[in-house]
Amino acid sequence: MTTLTTRSGARGASVDAPLGAPARRKRFWTLSRRDALTGYLFVAPQLLGVLVFVIFPVGLAIYYSLNDWNVFTGDLDFVGGKNYAQLLDDPQLPKVLGATAIFSIGVVVLNIALGLGLAVMLNRRFRGVTFFRTLFFSPVVVSVVAWTLVWGFLLQDNGGINGVLEQVGISGPNWLQSGDTAMIAVVVTQVVRSVGVNMVLFLSALQGVPSELHEAARIDGASNRKIFTSITLPLISPTLLLTAIITIVGALQAFAQIAVLTKGGPELSTTVLVYYVFQQAFSFNDIGYGSTLALMLLTFVMILTVLQWQLRRKWVFYED
Amino acid sequence: MKTTKKLVRVAALAAAVAMVVSACSGSDSGGGESGPGSVKLRMTVWTADEAQLALFNKIADAYKADHKEITSITFDSLPFPEYNTTLTTQIAGGNSPDLAWMGDLSKDLIASDALVPLTDKLKDTAGWNYDDLLGSVTSEYTEDGKLYAYPFSNSPFGLYVNKDLLAKAKQTVDPANLTWDEVSKIGSAVNKATGKGGFVIRDFDYANWQTLATVWTGFGASAWSKDGKTCEFDSDKMVDAFQFLHDAIYVDKSMPGPGTTADFFAGDSAFTVAQVSRASLLDGSFKYDVLPLPAGPAGKASVLGQAGVGVLKSSKHVDEATDFLAYLTNPENAAKLAQFFPPPRKSLLSGKALATNNPKLNAAQLQSVVVDQLADAVTLPNHTSPAEIAQKGKTALDAMWKPDADVKQVLTSVCSAIDPLLAK
Repeated sequence: MTTLTTRSGARGASVDAPLGAPARRKRFWTLSRRDALTGYLFVAPQLLGVLVFVIFPVGLAIYYSLNDWNVFTGDLDFVGGKNYAQLLDDPQLPKVLGATAIFSIGVVVLNIALGLGLAVMLNRRFRGVTFFRTLFFSPVVVSVVAWTLVWGFLLQDNGGINGVLEQVGISGPNWLQSGDTAMIAVVVTQVVRSVGVNMVLFLSALQGVPSELHEAARIDGASNRKIFTSITLPLISPTLLLTAIITIVGALQAFAQIAVLTKGGPELSTTVLVYYVFQQAFSFNDIGYGSTLALMLLTFVMILTVLQWQLRRKWVFYED
Repeated sequence: MKTTKKLVRVAALAAAVAMVVSACSGSDSGGGESGPGSVKLRMTVWTADEAQLALFNKIADAYKADHKEITSITFDSLPFPEYNTTLTTQIAGGNSPDLAWMGDLSKDLIASDALVPLTDKLKDTAGWNYDDLLGSVTSEYTEDGKLYAYPFSNSPFGLYVNKDLLAKAKQTVDPANLTWDEVSKIGSAVNKATGKGGFVIRDFDYANWQTLATVWTGFGASAWSKDGKTCEFDSDKMVDAFQFLHDAIYVDKSMPGPGTTADFFAGDSAFTVAQVSRASLLDGSFKYDVLPLPAGPAGKASVLGQAGVGVLKSSKHVDEATDFLAYLTNPENAAKLAQFFPPPRKSLLSGKALATNNPKLNAAQLQSVVVDQLADAVTLPNHTSPAEIAQKGKTALDAMWKPDADVKQVLTSVCSAIDPLLAK
């Protein structure tokens, strides 16, 4: 008796047949093919979504960036690299990139520091801890526009914040009318609204740190600071990576806060790249240059994400 | 090879699903597609006022009754702040309305040859009476002798006065001899006596600088030359106008500064410059008056805010849309629209006629603030690329709203910012 085994492998597709007997016709829908089809069907909706809502728009943006489009008549004129050359000639772009960098760094540093600080404080058992966790998370579920509108009123020269400051004898600045304070106002508004997400992520990570490690370190005489920097932080480093990525990407996408609060002013001080893209493409109807700027933003986001991903081995504790 | 085959299969599967999805969703052709006897017209507007929309629908119903080829006429109400963006996105996306209201987008639409010329149609329509149109209000929408939009709303700016606040500050106005200096002086006195604002240029908000034309026109200044090619922000007259505003904010305290909210219609200021159509915001909580704009060093000046309605060439039903526009704006319907919008027709322009449907202002006020102003009125600054000019101008002017600003230098920077756009 000789055993013949098909290429499909031993599971399910092997046949035992006497030598000289006619070989059975191979079935097309082998188990592995059925498995593969099932896999493809599962990923198809996601793949379709990526194709329609990511790949196709990016392709269109590349196409538009090579053309000048008169939106009123529908005429498209091929201009080659003109819109890319305009990136170098645009006198406003350096200011916009500067504002984007300040805004993003401000949001990322404050958001992660505050989120981690709140998580550490609220990772204890004390009366009212649930209330405080809910309090700090609640802005996350408020609409960005509604949140920003309310802050807009509070930040007026004769608004609520200066009113409170006046009660304690401080003359508050005209928050939204000076370049420096406007950027601070926009960053703080964004951080206070979104810090709850990072807080919850850090809280979850902190609760996953084994308490025996802390106890062992305490027995060995380690200080709280040493325990935090040498045990807690390394163990929650994957969460740090995650929050860093989503906060940076979120900061680079901030639009509604700027549109509602400052409209990019005063003097471009809060015009971040996404708002500038919107202005060029949809206010000034320069779809070609707007698409070029959008592709530049996409490149920035991709570079930052890849960099963070590559650097993870260095600063994520148990990443292989 | 195997991987390539797999990828091809995946792509084929995705394409099949996409075709199914598009087949399911593509069956609704929307308002534009039509055959004979099934014309659907759509007009974009920025009003959400129920009474105004009801009137438009009533006129549309009457038109449909006599035009069986029209199955529906819809008035698509878009929010005013996003109106231009939404309209251009619709046009660019191939979902163009047939007719559209337009404000500062008109120059771009005309320059792009995106509007249907109306002159011949309106002149040829029996009883339309083209010569009844006031010349000063059609110039904004006229190019090479052809009218591209019907100026259905021509609302001059006036000066609203809170008489109660003036009385509290023991101030009075002399309407016949009112100047900007006098307004600032009274505003300053009201601010000192009551803590309320002096005068407010409504909708300016230290961003929409075009509304300041209501001040600088009285100083004899204009934003750019008549041909629109040269910036005139750095002229001596404009410097005088902005010096007046700067002093009003930082020296006399007669104008609320940036970041300070003061709503005249809530009783927060002594004066406001606003269009006559804003009278609907008066709720009777204080005594008020409405006067023509104060005189500046160059004398009296009239400034107008306009809105037009035109037919888009990208419409699938240009002829039907143009015919409906002629009907919507004929003398009979123009008289109906006049209850909401100051009309462009001489025959309808009298204080008495306008007062018939205006519960807030009397015939004398409407005569002096609307009718007497229209013939010589200038419009707010308008140019092609209005949004870009507005943004670049605003960015440069931000430096003006500081106590130590160098007025002349800032205005020169405005010209540096917008000159390249004017020269296009």
